Amino acid sequence: MVGTIILVVVTLAVVGGVLGFSLRLVGMAESSVRRAGTMAGVGALVLLALGLYLGLVWAPAERLMGDVYRIMYIHFPSWVGTGAGYLTAFLASIFYLKTRDPGYDYVALAGAEIGLLFNVTGLITGALWGRPTWGVYWTWDPRLTTTAIMAITFAGYLVLRAFMEDPEGRARASSLVAIVGFVNVPIVYFSVRWWRTLHQVQSSPETVDAPIVWALRTMMVAFVLLFVFLLAQRFLLARIRGEEELELMKLEVAGD
Amino acid sequence: MKKRLTLAVGVLVVVLIFGYFAFGGLGRSLVYFWTPTELLAEGDAAYGTSVRLGGMVVPGSVRWDADRRELNFQLADEGGTIEVYNAGIPPQMFLEAADRKEPIGAVVEGTLTREGVFRATNLMVRHSEEYRAPQHGEDKQEYYRELFRDQSSGGAE
Repeated sequence: MVGTIILVVVTLAVVGGVLGFSLRLVGMAESSVRRAGTMAGVGALVLLALGLYLGLVWAPAERLMGDVYRIMYIHFPSWVGTGAGYLTAFLASIFYLKTRDPGYDYVALAGAEIGLLFNVTGLITGALWGRPTWGVYWTWDPRLTTTAIMAITFAGYLVLRAFMEDPEGRARASSLVAIVGFVNVPIVYFSVRWWRTLHQVQSSPETVDAPIVWALRTMMVAFVLLFVFLLAQRFLLARIRGEEELELMKLEVAGD
Repeated sequence: MKKRLTLAVGVLVVVLIFGYFAFGGLGRSLVYFWTPTELLAEGDAAYGTSVRLGGMVVPGSVRWDADRRELNFQLADEGGTIEVYNAGIPPQMFLEAADRKEPIGAVVEGTLTREGVFRATNLMVRHSEEYRAPQHGEDKQEYYRELFRDQSSGGAE
């Protein structure tokens, strides 16, 4: 009971901290973003090394799957990164529509793009894991199908952005896509409980042996830090490009 | 005011979609697999149509002929049991669970024949949400050795 409460509190604190950071990027100076990014990046490197050691060497094999299960140490945290990315895109899009501050548009783009990166990583590691254990790389069960739709939605988000010239119209249209697209994320999460699937339901510390849990937690925190690092870099890039774009438009207007 | 209304309608639509997904059942035609009970309840209509059938493998029912690469086992849920035949090598995890007579789920694609045997063209194994270290008495080294020997000789003992 106490363990569960601690777990929930820590999880909420991490999620709140990451999302708070994502949204605060908008008002931050470049040097602060870089500093925060570097700190997260160093932390990610250290924890990735530790987590991979714990997962690949220290933790035991799984009794039915043997060593194959160890791909979970990449597979599971990838979905944590996916959720963090799309949630960031979702919230930043809402903030954009409320404030029309292009800064939130940059955060949303960064979140969506990095979310998609983790999403694809999760799909690939899942397929590689599925072949030796389930017997197939892919099957159209509800979990896998909704996950594929999620990836296509956010890939569509990026395509849409690439095709729209006007920064304001692009930001508005893509905000809507991110908000509507995000509705699918909780559906992906609950799909294994709502419908019959080949994919198993969520594990919990009760259904997983302690060493495996600790290795997974380490990898999860490592991926969250990796997400923060990537988000900071991607946000800066988007902001530099966005400001250049606005500058160029002003010049064009002046030139007319 | 108009914005509020749009927002309220949007939220309502999302809630309805969620409610439909969560409690609407989505109709039988859309389920990922049928259970043995459901398939048997179809009576004559069950024969000859391609379906996905899912359930738990009955412990001790697995007969794997490594030379002929033929697999027979029973798939069951609370209300029914169906004999399944599959040609081809099953995933290692399936045989591993069968060896230890441990509960494991499976989903097969194929058709139910008039003889009452489900001829599967594809066998998929379900893993539970449990991740456990090899238990006491299951020597890890020995386990790996067996695993590799099995694979190098194409699954034959």
